Amino acid sequence: MKKVLTKNFDIPDSHTLKVARANGAYASLDKLFKMKPEDVIEEVKKSGLRGRGGAGFSTGMKWGFIPKNTDKPVYLVVNSDESEPGTFKDRAILEKDPHLLIEGIIIAARAINSRTVYVYFRGEYYRQWERFFGALKEAKDAGLIGNDLQIHTHRGAGAYICGEETALLNSIEGWRGWPRIRPPFPAIAGLFGCPTIVNNVETLASLPFIMNEGAAAYAAMGTEKSKGTKLISVCGHVKKPGVYEIELGLPIAKFLVEYAGGTIEERPLKAVIPGGSSVPVLTAAEALGGCLSYEACEKAGTMLGSGGMIVIDESACVVRCLADIAKFYHHESCGQCTPCREGCGWIKKICDRIEAGDGRDGDLELMLSIADNMQGKTICVFADALAMPVKSFVTKFRSDFEEHMRLGRCPK
Amino acid sequence: MPKVTIDGKIAEVEEGTTILEAAKRIGIKIPHFCYHPYLTIAGNCRMCSVEVEGQAKPVISCREPVKDGMIVKTNSPMAVEVRKSVLEFILINHPVDCPVCDQSGECDLQDYYFAHSRAPSRLTDEKVHKVKAKKIGPNVMLDAERCVECTRCVRFCQEIAKTNEMTITERSDHSEIAIYNGREITNAYSLCAVDICPVGALTSADFRFKKRVWFLKSTPSVCNHCATACNIFIDHTDHTVYRYRPRENKEVNGAWMCDAGALSYKRINAEDRVLFPMIGKDGEMARTSWDEALANVADVMKIVEPEEIAVILSAQASCEENESVAGFFRDTVKTPNIFWSGADADPSFADNILKDADRNPNESGVRTLTDKRIDGAPRAKIYFIMDGVTEKELMRIVETKPKGIVLIASHYGSHQHYPDVILPKATFAEQSGTFVNRKGIRQKFEKAIEPRGESLSAVDIIARLRTIYK
Repeated sequence: MKKVLTKNFDIPDSHTLKVARANGAYASLDKLFKMKPEDVIEEVKKSGLRGRGGAGFSTGMKWGFIPKNTDKPVYLVVNSDESEPGTFKDRAILEKDPHLLIEGIIIAARAINSRTVYVYFRGEYYRQWERFFGALKEAKDAGLIGNDLQIHTHRGAGAYICGEETALLNSIEGWRGWPRIRPPFPAIAGLFGCPTIVNNVETLASLPFIMNEGAAAYAAMGTEKSKGTKLISVCGHVKKPGVYEIELGLPIAKFLVEYAGGTIEERPLKAVIPGGSSVPVLTAAEALGGCLSYEACEKAGTMLGSGGMIVIDESACVVRCLADIAKFYHHESCGQCTPCREGCGWIKKICDRIEAGDGRDGDLELMLSIADNMQGKTICVFADALAMPVKSFVTKFRSDFEEHMRLGRCPK
Repeated sequence: MPKVTIDGKIAEVEEGTTILEAAKRIGIKIPHFCYHPYLTIAGNCRMCSVEVEGQAKPVISCREPVKDGMIVKTNSPMAVEVRKSVLEFILINHPVDCPVCDQSGECDLQDYYFAHSRAPSRLTDEKVHKVKAKKIGPNVMLDAERCVECTRCVRFCQEIAKTNEMTITERSDHSEIAIYNGREITNAYSLCAVDICPVGALTSADFRFKKRVWFLKSTPSVCNHCATACNIFIDHTDHTVYRYRPRENKEVNGAWMCDAGALSYKRINAEDRVLFPMIGKDGEMARTSWDEALANVADVMKIVEPEEIAVILSAQASCEENESVAGFFRDTVKTPNIFWSGADADPSFADNILKDADRNPNESGVRTLTDKRIDGAPRAKIYFIMDGVTEKELMRIVETKPKGIVLIASHYGSHQHYPDVILPKATFAEQSGTFVNRKGIRQKFEKAIEPRGESLSAVDIIARLRTIYK
């Protein structure tokens, strides 16, 4: 595997322009400006790069949705509002190789013919914003970014929902961070009503490699439907939590041992959430038999999502895990659509009650029914982001929930 | 034009029509909270979800445009299930205080619950509590617990009143309708926010606790507070008017009316109504009978020549009233002196939404009868005046010391000391008639309540006068 994203991570001062340039930063720009924008899009399509924010949609195809010959300005918006519990991969790029992202931004802006870029930072990512801003200034001063490309940074106020692309656009425009109803999709009418592409940090950071080494080199890595490499941020009961670059298709079992160092004190594995807190949980057996690729996760009934892996061993209470997840989604639901606004709080109350030992007959069926009534019935997929963990936790670890009810307390 | 099948019925509608609007045209009402035809589409309540054949997920009908050949089911198991679940979600944190809620009886949530759900609550945990009975403006009370967060009021303040006082604060089930810090909902149309609230979250400070709505009868009418003449419902019972509500009319007022107009119903119930015919004796006005009052008027009219009689019509009165007065004096009494009057223009009242500087609901109507505004005293000896005449105009007439002034008025005012006879006139709510508004649109209104006291419409007064005037 060739390192696409993390090749400079271990070099001291890798965030400075001097070190970054010495290690190949901005090398793709000469080639880029000799290419036509449509050829850049074609190259990215050929690379098979899929959006690394969570949805996994083909990046080149997304760029292709920008209307041809539009008389409106085209915006590129960089989604750096990484807030999903368990996900901290973009943070690593912002801290350790911000010039890789800037180079990616220049490539994407050229491809979609955008002259104005907004980089939307999670409110809590102050240091990361600082580092990016410093790198941006260096790049500008060095003449790497011309006056025909304006890159603005925008710091959010700390709402998880602003990572949803249309809520993010509302937030930049100064509105409440409420997701918009699609269609129209941002590529047709996004920021300020103009064609807009919203790309994740990791997606853009993958572009310099594709430009330098060619689409074929990128597509040579990974599986048939999941090309290239991906950052996995792993946390929980592992010896070496952190951010690792893997070739897509890597077995989860191998990842846990070779990268994450195995579970703490070699305790038996209980469960793995592979792609951030919003995706269905995998039991130990499912996880150990699965692989880290879009299609393998889909086959296992979950999603690769953002690559934020949460490892749970036998020492943890899964009811408490679900209660924590529910607490987060209850806190973060934007409150726009009825099912999500009311459902998240209701699920949290039931989870808390079961964990406290006050579970009642029918509570589990009630939770599943509430999750059903939430999923797919709202403007954005936030409701699904709680409904999916609820359904998977309750069905896969039903005996743990029933044990709480039987004992009238948490067994752990 | 696309043809769409909704519950087996075919609707043929213009391109771009939403499923909800297409259904409305063929008589199918799709339940909804956040959708309002005069506001932008929010799509957040999810109540209008329907099943569209070929789509796996329910579709919100308020926003989805129809496509040719589309097959929509509003009562399939999927659609019914979504509606039931939305109602359940709304009700888990709703206080269900219908017995003390003013909206009870005209509440969408109540109606939909009885139509679709009737299920007992599955919530056994504590409800979320929010602000209750908070006065958020001179005319508006907020109960955030009853709110379904449809944002109709927020959008109304942004898009129609354009004053932006309201917003939603907080997130999740703690989110609630609120007023920006230090502000109040003071726009001139705040009662419209109450009117479009589908539940009892926003209630009228004026109407609050006055009457259960199921006792009220609604009569379609037209507001007489300015020349816009907004279409209204007069809600009344027991010969008392309790409120006006805007009645939709695309050409005139959309779905709105101003607060001043909405609260002008109080004039009908007011203490200073003229309830009986009054006659001046020794400088004092004293109650008399209709027979005596009209005999007196007929006698006075006989002592002068027809040319010495002046009639002042009113831009406040209906076309029918003005026509009967004008017709009688022109054709029977044969007086050539027919004028009109009305309230002075009030530029401070006007805005560019609905409120008009012309405070007369029927200036266009009265001016089809005469274009001569009373201007100075026309040297007549007897004046026959409908209310609406300004104080200044009346004083000029009084200064000429005429032989007699007959006033047809619904309210006493500063003018009450000058006339020799006051005949009590029914207000527009107490008779049917027509106003012609500033755009020249003729609008009929219906009689809502019986005239107060012994008052009569000018039409009836003239009919009585004809029988004794020879």
